[in-house]
Amino acid sequence: MWTVRVKDPSDKLLSLEGVSKSYATGEGPVQVLAGVDLTLAAGQSLALTGESGSGKSTLLHLAAGLDAADRGRIVVAGHDISQAGDAERARLRRGTVGLVFQQFNLIPSLDVAANLAFQARLAGRHDPRWQAELAETLGLAACLHRYPEQLSGGQQQRVAIGRTLAARPRLVLADEPTGNLDEATGDAVMALFLRLVDQTGAGLLMVTHSARLAARLQGRVQLSAGRLA
Amino acid sequence: MRAALAALLSHWRRSPLQLAMLLLGLALATALWSGVQAINAEARASYAEAAATLGQDRLSRIAADGPVPQETYVALRRAGWRVSPVVEERLRIDERRSLRLIGIDPLTLPAPAQQVEFGEGDALLPFLTAPGLIFADPETLARMEGADLPPLRAAEGLPPGIGLMDIGQAQRLLGMEGRISHLLLDPEAPQPGPLPDGLRLVSPDSESDVARLTDSFHLNLTAFGLLSFAVGLFIVHSAIGLAFEQRRPMFRTLRALGVTARTLIGLLFAELLLFALLAGAAGLLLGYLVAALLLPDVAATLRGLYGAEVPGTLAFRPGWAAAGLGIALLGTLVSSAQSLWRVAHLPLLAPAQPRAWAVASERALWRQAMAAVGLLILAGALLLWGRGIVAAFVLLAALLLGAALLLPVLLAALLRGAQGLARGPIAQWFWADTRQQLPGLSLALMALLLALAANIGVGTMVSSFRLTFTGWLDQRLAFELYLSAPDQETADRVVRWLEPRAEAVLPIVRAETEVRGQPAQLYGMADHPTYRENWPLLAEAPGVWDLLAGGGWALVNEQLARREGLEPGDPIRLPGWEGRIAAVYSDYGNPSAQVILGLDRFFALHPDAERRRYGIRVAPDRAAALAEEMRAAFDLGDEGLIDQASLKGFSLQVFERTFAVTAALNVLTLGVAGLAMFASLMVLSGMRLPQLAPVWAMGLTKARLARLEMLRTLLLAAGTMAAALPLGLALAWVLLAVVNVQAFGWRLPMHVFPLDWLTLGALALVAAALAATVPVRRLARLRPADLLRVFANER
Ligand SMILES: Nc1ncnc2c1ncn2[C@@H]1O[C@H](COP(=O)(O)OP(=O)(O)OP(=O)(O)O)[C@@H](O)[C@H]1O
Ligand SMILES: [Mg+2]
Repeated sequence: MWTVRVKDPSDKLLSLEGVSKSYATGEGPVQVLAGVDLTLAAGQSLALTGESGSGKSTLLHLAAGLDAADRGRIVVAGHDISQAGDAERARLRRGTVGLVFQQFNLIPSLDVAANLAFQARLAGRHDPRWQAELAETLGLAACLHRYPEQLSGGQQQRVAIGRTLAARPRLVLADEPTGNLDEATGDAVMALFLRLVDQTGAGLLMVTHSARLAARLQGRVQLSAGRLA
Repeated sequence: MRAALAALLSHWRRSPLQLAMLLLGLALATALWSGVQAINAEARASYAEAAATLGQDRLSRIAADGPVPQETYVALRRAGWRVSPVVEERLRIDERRSLRLIGIDPLTLPAPAQQVEFGEGDALLPFLTAPGLIFADPETLARMEGADLPPLRAAEGLPPGIGLMDIGQAQRLLGMEGRISHLLLDPEAPQPGPLPDGLRLVSPDSESDVARLTDSFHLNLTAFGLLSFAVGLFIVHSAIGLAFEQRRPMFRTLRALGVTARTLIGLLFAELLLFALLAGAAGLLLGYLVAALLLPDVAATLRGLYGAEVPGTLAFRPGWAAAGLGIALLGTLVSSAQSLWRVAHLPLLAPAQPRAWAVASERALWRQAMAAVGLLILAGALLLWGRGIVAAFVLLAALLLGAALLLPVLLAALLRGAQGLARGPIAQWFWADTRQQLPGLSLALMALLLALAANIGVGTMVSSFRLTFTGWLDQRLAFELYLSAPDQETADRVVRWLEPRAEAVLPIVRAETEVRGQPAQLYGMADHPTYRENWPLLAEAPGVWDLLAGGGWALVNEQLARREGLEPGDPIRLPGWEGRIAAVYSDYGNPSAQVILGLDRFFALHPDAERRRYGIRVAPDRAAALAEEMRAAFDLGDEGLIDQASLKGFSLQVFERTFAVTAALNVLTLGVAGLAMFASLMVLSGMRLPQLAPVWAMGLTKARLARLEMLRTLLLAAGTMAAALPLGLALAWVLLAVVNVQAFGWRLPMHVFPLDWLTLGALALVAAALAATVPVRRLARLRPADLLRVFANER
């Protein structure tokens, strides 16, 4: 079965030190993050909350290596990605990080089954049995051969979650993964995330507006005025 | 309503490139089409003018088998015939220039034939008295600059290439003293009795022979214009289709806000109308330029191939402009019909995502495949049972359109297969994604297919023709020197002088004759090894040369044999002679029927035929020296003696110019196809981000994605090229074996030139790569923030 990792608090999976980020807009630069410090250990789960527009998604994107910070240091699984190039970031996204987007971005030209398997196959960790179990738990077994556009919003979100979990990444970044789900499905999804953290020692950073779900995680940080509290 | 229109138009402000492509495609399509039409209109107008020269379209004429002797004319006048004499003959001025000289008698000319105002006698006197006065239209006048001719004077209303002169002066200039080409009959006067023997009455002819002869040439041009137009419309269609697709959410919003479907369609219609008028006007301007650029070559071709005179400058015709705008409107309507229909049937609530379109297109693909198969069956049926040039062109159109429609179907099947075989996740995604791109690219690919196939087809035809033609020239122009003496007396002296100096001196003699009611040229051929060894025979009866020398058998050219279905051994009848066909020979670059008889038999039929032209055999290395000596000994002029090499050079030059226009249109069509590709890729690249961003987020670099995008474009272009090859060869075969036979009366063997295909294939790939460069670079240079916005935006 799965390799169980030792839960060692010093085993830092993600650390941000003094990370700042601003976006250029028509009305000049908008400072979104202004010196964020954060650490997440393997086997740890953390809830990230904050008002809409406070920069939660931005923080997740930076941690996933999708974009570069203006200032500060970001270390993922021992790699400092602050100065990393395009290729190195891509390798990190492929092998180490799993990101569930707020807007579930599925690949429109692939059917549900292929979408579920895509990231795992890219990472070289494709496990058909685990995928089948995920599809079952997420209630996707009936629509494996449909295309993303033929799914409801909630179904699409579940595919996006399944795709990330199927790859069993060491660092899971989830951006409001349950936003479109009813309470029962949301709970089931939450259980899946926690199971992954438990069994593989992955780290989980999850954005959520729901205090009830946040309470099920080990810790909770809040973003406001560009800093964590 | 105003607000709705503003919302609709705002799309174009945000995608100026799409707008540019739409207008450019429409303008190009209109330009190529109306350019060809302008050339055709100019040529037709000058044929009509030529047909009306001296009232030939209204006046009956009296003609004989050869020239009419002056005495016959005098006798007719005495017998009460109101006839007026005309001489008409081409006057060669130098190697490049000639003038069709028409001599008239201004005093007896019937009223409908009067074309020049002589004024109050100030022109009449110099016209009638030596050295005479030549009237010509201003352009012809300019072309005659520096020629050794009597004084020239400009006259409006004369067809180009014609010089009008007093008959007496013309006879002197042409060396036709005492001979008349034909007589014009005054329609007002009654005919005093039956015509004497040897003369016949020729009815007025509203369409000149030239117009009939050149019909197929113009049809060729028209077909090419139509092809370019179709290729241009592909751009328009894809630009409109994508613009409508992208505005679909906006259409929904407008409809949801209470704009009726009818209003929406009306607004879109008005928008398209505006574009059509704008682009149509630009296209007309461009078309006029294209025509003005091509017309000199076309004029040269028509002059060289058919002896048809067309002016080298273009007149502006309002009717042509109106037709051009009309075709622009029609083209816009045709290429937007599908999009408008889709908008009219747009469901108010439906996901506006690209794949829905792709899935719908897959159903459309089936219908398309059926239509393609239907068209190909039609092409096959026409090949088996079609007759005539129009059927040949319908066959071509059905073949090309059918193949173009089939292309996306084939590519889709190939991609599906590739996707099934692919192992890695990226490869699988690549093929699936390419399949999804196919509907958006298929029109551009179809345009590329047509352009490539036309290139291969026409290129193969021209190269095959060139190969055959040069080989044929070597056979046909077997004499080292060609003599054309200014008069009979000089000719006799030269021949006597040549006897000890040349290996052989053989007369080249011709007369006009008739075969099965059609005019034909009759030649006399000496019995000599020069002909026995060289003459290019296509089919022959055994012992053909002895049969010909015997006098009871004739040779006919391929044109005549095909037109009349004649074979060696078949009987044939000419005025005054009846016999059989000994052989059929190839005779390119000449649209008319020819018959060859043995020399003795020829002179028995036409004892008065001129013997001024001779072919001279001499050792090739002695030819130049002999020509030098002849020029020194006799006053032969530039035209009097021509060597084989310059004659071949001249023939090849005519040949090359004939296809210069085709080649130019070919290149233009390929350019338009490249543009279509570029337009589609640019437009698609705007819609690509939501499809690429997820793959990027999961760990593919932008550079890799850009490489894959480039690879995709190249693969599609290569696939299209692979499909274009068989189609192009089929096209070449149809052109050589069907269209040429119908249009010119000869069939050519097909030669293939694989090296040309490689070049073209490389060219297609380079064009595709260039077309993809801008969108691919755009992708490679995207900032992460741009890609991330995809995830933030509601789609
Ligand atoms: N690509 C971008 N370009 C410019 N500005 C951006 C971009 N992405 C985000 N922003 C801006 O940065 C700020 C933070 O956005 P972000 O998406 O991180 O907020 P969020 O906390 O995730 O909000 P929500 O809870 O609504 O998802 C916002 O003001 C947003 O407008
Ligand atoms: Mg967010």
